[in-house]
Amino acid sequence: MRFVVCIKQVPDAASVRFDPEKGTLIREGVDSIINPFDLNAIEAAVQLKEQVGGEVICISMGPPQAEAALRDALALGVDSAVLLSDRAFAGADTLATTRTLAAGIKKLGGADIVFCGKQAIDGDTAQVGPGLAARLGLNYATCVSELEFKAEENILKVKRAWEEGYDILELKLPALLTVLTCINTPRVPSLKGKLKAKKAKIPVWGTNELGLDASLVGLSGSPTQVVTTCVPKFEAKREILEGEVDDQVNALVERLKEVGIL
Amino acid sequence: MGKVNYFLTEEQQMIVDLARQIAEEKIVPVRAELDEKEEFPWQIMKDLAQADLFGLYIPEEYGGLGGGCFENCLALEQLAWGCIAVTTTYAASALGGYPILLFGTEEQKSKYLPDIASGKKLAAFGLTEANAGSDAGAIQTTAVEDGDYWVLNGTKQWITNGGEAEIYTIIALTDKHKGPRGASAFIVEKSDPGFSFGKKERKMGLRASATRELVFNDCRIPKDRLLGRRGQGFIIAMKTLDLARPGIGAIGVGLAQAALDEAVKYAKQRIQFGQPIMSFQAIQHMLADMATQIEAARALVYSVARTIDAGEKDIAKLAAMAKLFATDVAMKVTVDAVQILGGYGYMKDYPVEKMMRDAKILQIYEGTNQIQRNVIGQALNKEYTIKK
Repeated sequence: MRFVVCIKQVPDAASVRFDPEKGTLIREGVDSIINPFDLNAIEAAVQLKEQVGGEVICISMGPPQAEAALRDALALGVDSAVLLSDRAFAGADTLATTRTLAAGIKKLGGADIVFCGKQAIDGDTAQVGPGLAARLGLNYATCVSELEFKAEENILKVKRAWEEGYDILELKLPALLTVLTCINTPRVPSLKGKLKAKKAKIPVWGTNELGLDASLVGLSGSPTQVVTTCVPKFEAKREILEGEVDDQVNALVERLKEVGIL
Repeated sequence: MGKVNYFLTEEQQMIVDLARQIAEEKIVPVRAELDEKEEFPWQIMKDLAQADLFGLYIPEEYGGLGGGCFENCLALEQLAWGCIAVTTTYAASALGGYPILLFGTEEQKSKYLPDIASGKKLAAFGLTEANAGSDAGAIQTTAVEDGDYWVLNGTKQWITNGGEAEIYTIIALTDKHKGPRGASAFIVEKSDPGFSFGKKERKMGLRASATRELVFNDCRIPKDRLLGRRGQGFIIAMKTLDLARPGIGAIGVGLAQAALDEAVKYAKQRIQFGQPIMSFQAIQHMLADMATQIEAARALVYSVARTIDAGEKDIAKLAAMAKLFATDVAMKVTVDAVQILGGYGYMKDYPVEKMMRDAKILQIYEGTNQIQRNVIGQALNKEYTIKK
């Protein structure tokens, strides 16, 4: 079976700082990491491969330095990796991104299951997974917190989490899943894996290799653009409601009615 | 950022980074709870196995990575930065594995080393007894030939990983009257008949590490479990300890570094008399001495480890120095760290009191620091004897 995992290299949120004057992220000196949700996607794919056999291929759309993230993935049990990189891919929104990723997966010969993290911690849209499923015509489930592969029936049984509980879905293959961090605990890399990853060849595919029209990818292919990023200012009034609990509740209800929430 | 350049190879840096990642992500978050509950760190052992770290010193043909003493020390230092109870659990498996690597037959090595290298089975080393600590020659556990078997009788004391390991290297008397040639080494498996364990010891520190008596009551093991030649037991023990001692030094360096890190972080943010206590000379001088001692200890441990890997045979004195100096440093630095954190340092909510409780054992196990000084003194005596 072939499992493809889509990963993204992102800045380590813990060490990113914000420049309030320019309204931009200060990226210098910040480590780049594999998007945390994608680590769970890698682990899910590798666990499934260990269960039923097959290969796990990791792909990423990114600048040349994203190759480091792919090498980290190779040290986690992924069999091979491909980098989708081209100047034309830069500035892509999620629509353009899914076009590029779909082309990459098609060039790989498709997949039985595509694994994605639920969302990237820099963009936070959670759109790429479902968008990719739509382009590839795959059954899909997002926010997967548990998965079970029923090999005899070729069916994925998953728990899809939402705010108030979860649904249990069964998907026929081929399928795409986006996973939550609670689905598994990503393994630590192995030394043998790291040594293998160091020597591995990671092909780079651009618009030529993927047969993509440059106007349909990257910034040119993006109907949406990030115009500004800013830190919201919180100016809140503070009032403490005194009295017995019943009085406090009544007073709170009055306040909420006053401001139109109730 | 002010670090000594030890010219690590890429592979060696990988070992450092991986061990550090495990320390940060897997050890630090649970170390206080493991210490409080005296709980064996099985999950972390699984993570270390996944990381291929159990096979660092084992040759590739037995499933290991073919590294040397230096690679071991690099991993131990980073893991110790997390917790030395967890690190001792991991290191003690090497203490049980080294004798098999150094003195085992091809059959013994093929049988036991792959499981140790993969972390599938833990090993342990059994020498110490109630009446034989520093005086290892006073052991009383016996091994007697009986047809196709050896029969062991006696009790080992304070054995790390006792009861959890599956493979035990045991030193027992085979010829009481032959003095230094009176003991032999044996491989005992957890399931061997007549082999049982005492209760888990309750300790001042190193509480996540399991320490138990090993009880041999007519324990029968097949003849092929003799390790090395009959009478080589004490030599096997000494050579194993010589190789392991720089590793204990590395553990001391890692622990001391962790304590220093906590002390500096605290001193920078603790405000008294209107300023961070870091601005007071008394604190700066303590931290300066701590940091300098740690650098010196690290340099000594690394030099000795590299010298051993370069093939130096006469290593007893050097190994003793690495262990002695770095562990004395660890004790002093952890005590000073508690002092710098003051009242907070004494509270279990902060990590340094555990570091101080843990540090003490480093001056005691794998040869007390008094024995290390004996070894060094005797070596000096030998070295300076003019041969005619």
